[in-house]
Amino acid sequence: MSTILSVKDLSVTFDIRRPGSWPWTPASKLHAVNEVSFDLNAGECLGVVGESGSGKSTLARAIVGTIPSSGGQIMFEGGDLANMSPAERRVHRRDVQMIFQDPLAALNPRMTVGEIIAEPLITHEPNTPRAEVKKRVAELMERVGLLPNLINRYPHEFSGGQCQRIGIARALILKPKLLICDEPVSALDVSVQAQVVNLLMGLQRDFGLSLIFIAHDLSVVKHISDRIMVLYLGRTMEHADARALTTEPEHPYTQALISSVPIPDPVLEKARSRPILEGELPSPLAPPSGCVFRTRCPKAVASCANGRPAMMDIGQTHYVACPYHAPREVLATA
Amino acid sequence: MSLLNIQDLKVSFTTPEGEVNAVNGLNLSLNEGETLAVVGESGSGKSQTAFATMGLLAKNGRATGTINFDGQNLLGMSTKALNKVRSQQIGMIFQDPMTSLNPYLRISEQMAEVLTLHKGMSKRDAINESVKMLDAVRIPDARNRITNYPHEFSGGMRQRIMIAMSLLCRPRLLIADEPTTALDVTVQAQIMQLLGDIRREFGTAIILITHDLGVVAGFCDRTLVLYGGQVMEEGQTETVFANPTHPYTLGLLQAVPRLDREELELATIAGEPPDMSRLPAGCPFSPRCDIAMHRCATLRPTLETLEAGHRRACHKPIAEVV
Amino acid sequence: MFPNRTTVEDIENAAALAEVQGRSLWASARARFMRNKAAVVSLIVLILVAAFALFGGFFAQWERDFVDFSLMGRNAHLGVPSFETGHYFGTDNSGRDLFARTVQGTGISLMVGIVGAMVAVLVGTLYGATAGYFGGRVDGIMMRIVDVLMSIPFMFVLILMLVIFGRSILMLFIGIGLISWLDMARIARGQTLTIKNKEFVEVAVATGVHPLRIILRHIIPNLLGIVVVYATLLVPNMIIFESFISFLGLGVQEPNTSLGALISEGAGTMQYGTLWQLLFPLFFFVLTIFAFFFVGDGLRDALDPKDR
Repeated sequence: MSTILSVKDLSVTFDIRRPGSWPWTPASKLHAVNEVSFDLNAGECLGVVGESGSGKSTLARAIVGTIPSSGGQIMFEGGDLANMSPAERRVHRRDVQMIFQDPLAALNPRMTVGEIIAEPLITHEPNTPRAEVKKRVAELMERVGLLPNLINRYPHEFSGGQCQRIGIARALILKPKLLICDEPVSALDVSVQAQVVNLLMGLQRDFGLSLIFIAHDLSVVKHISDRIMVLYLGRTMEHADARALTTEPEHPYTQALISSVPIPDPVLEKARSRPILEGELPSPLAPPSGCVFRTRCPKAVASCANGRPAMMDIGQTHYVACPYHAPREVLATA
Repeated sequence: MSLLNIQDLKVSFTTPEGEVNAVNGLNLSLNEGETLAVVGESGSGKSQTAFATMGLLAKNGRATGTINFDGQNLLGMSTKALNKVRSQQIGMIFQDPMTSLNPYLRISEQMAEVLTLHKGMSKRDAINESVKMLDAVRIPDARNRITNYPHEFSGGMRQRIMIAMSLLCRPRLLIADEPTTALDVTVQAQIMQLLGDIRREFGTAIILITHDLGVVAGFCDRTLVLYGGQVMEEGQTETVFANPTHPYTLGLLQAVPRLDREELELATIAGEPPDMSRLPAGCPFSPRCDIAMHRCATLRPTLETLEAGHRRACHKPIAEVV
Repeated sequence: MFPNRTTVEDIENAAALAEVQGRSLWASARARFMRNKAAVVSLIVLILVAAFALFGGFFAQWERDFVDFSLMGRNAHLGVPSFETGHYFGTDNSGRDLFARTVQGTGISLMVGIVGAMVAVLVGTLYGATAGYFGGRVDGIMMRIVDVLMSIPFMFVLILMLVIFGRSILMLFIGIGLISWLDMARIARGQTLTIKNKEFVEVAVATGVHPLRIILRHIIPNLLGIVVVYATLLVPNMIIFESFISFLGLGVQEPNTSLGALISEGAGTMQYGTLWQLLFPLFFFVLTIFAFFFVGDGLRDALDPKDR
């Protein structure tokens, strides 16, 4: 299978100024994404999970190119998106599209649905005849489950699920190769989530799309993804096949994350003994030395503070950034 | 006798666009020390039920029916009497703790005020009691941190503070409206564990309002499934999850991917959550129901009791649903 | 599972259905505005006042600069408002027809207000949107300039200008134009900063939409609501401002006049029993200001998305 996207040691840094500091005081650096690497095959879906502050949305925006990266490479179709001139970059924008968490906020309230969906097409193929634009918009609306006769309506006249469909239609009108979904279902009702997940999976199959699916809900990510990457404080903790990662997690953080996910089965859930992760995410401005997870890690030892644990391949493309990972434990849920 | 007994509750709002019926004849009862899950999507009326109980409906809202708390009807009570009940006997926590914490006051002042006002404690005793409560919700270093402002705490800590505040007067009922929706899963697990401990320690009855079936499964004795402001199904949590008898309950359970299972494709419920200003005359779920019949759209099904405590509102025989 | 059951049916039905016209936010805002009775009445009042300023001249029996020497000094008895003499609003103490002068005064006051507001809308919005959109250093420099201009006591500078360069309407317009856009620039910048961080702008950037198109299609339309509201509330402020200058005798000069100048004159002759000289201009002044404030409030309620 061919690799469509190859991210190598990608870092994104933000300058954080203390409020009230002098303009010439150097800003402190926040490493939102820190040396993240992964490969994505054509037609596959990579799930990215992590808590808020893990850098998963920043990673998405760095790949889409709305946030500049500060190091590393984003190899896409033979070019390095991270180190391209804006003009070169613009050509590639049509192949990488994104959908967002808040479906209504991602749609301009003053534009009609037709105008919103057509905008990428008009931007990249300005010479398309109007009738052709309209035809393609209507076809796509039908494909994502919207009535084409609603083309002149405005976003606020739609429900959350329908707005997300509009966002999906806009992302697909240029027939992109890579679709990045940033928490696409977490703002939707439970009964609508499944519709959108199924729609995305169907579109992925039909259009031969590669997906990066970012969410905090591990159950949904597991359902849609081929591979899953777990982020914590901007660093990759574990990266493996979706099934292997959810059934046999190797990293203590992944294990804790999985045991925190509630399962809608009272018998299982009440019988489950769960090691609950103590504490909360440390400040990303002053991450712990050594392994960033060590301050909350139930298995941490003194030497965890010494060096950054290297990403280890433990076989079957299962990568773990924890040298002391415990022997495989059978989880109550597995 | 039950602690809370809601009979035929109707909540409606007058808006420029017309009448919006958020809750349409809801019955509910809760015993002392029991946990009840109220499950529903947006527009199910789950939050408005809580707001009506607390007397916190928006100005254009109206509630009819009876809400009996410990034998007193909260609806139609004088504001003064209602204030006494809801400040001392019923606590409420919200999805976003910042909506109920004053950002300009120290935590100590906000917590002590509750006790000096309602329990007539001295300021010093009130602070001591507040520290004890913060310890109980496991805020580290509570004695020193109590003088901080709300924004100096993380989201999970704020929710703990909210829980501590709502417990100050030792309420007999705690209403938790989506208490963990804004939090990360690891923090959610901490908060749910805390609520469980509180229930054991204080014997507080808890109504958990949520859309998350997973959270319900691990926490609640009984589950009430709401749709369009009406009860669809109600029963012991184990029964409802293992043997759902209503198409909506069934659909909800199948629409959620589970970490412990491999699903090839998720079952979906067609359509969108209901528009509360245009509910059908019959079963509110009928427009989205796969097995709806003619009379489902026109005749509202009554809540029938199947066995002890298990009730459903559906015209279809159970055999045809499952 | 998709397209689901209902939509398949709907799509089949929809083949026959015509396209549904959506209801834009502007249309909803208009409907909300129309429900606000005070605002609608005020809008009608404003239209009537504007019509009075525009066409009132046709009904005047006397030229506004015609001095009736027979009335001069005796207008307390002879210049009383009356239909018989054709001086509907009476005369001033120079024997000029107050009706014609009020028509002109209302016109000039409205013009001052509207010109001030227009300068504010054009300069202020563009300036603020530019600063907000580009952000960073550009924003810093542009907004510091606004801060500096705002910290100058403008009333004092304007009075100096009028004294040094002569009292003329042009100078007044320049003075009002210079200050009116400052607040607007700040408001527009603040709004732009909020809109710029909205996800739909991010989508446009990610898609590769040209920055100019982003400003024109995505930012300005979402900025207009607040700009319109603020401009409406700015008009009466400008009128009050002009009246104050004119009251001091520094604004519009004879033979032209504005409501402020008329009120000043009327206040000066109050003790001679010619109260109509004060009351008629004052009536139009208060009416206009009130109506503008009500319309502005109505617009704010109609355009404020929080009301939705």
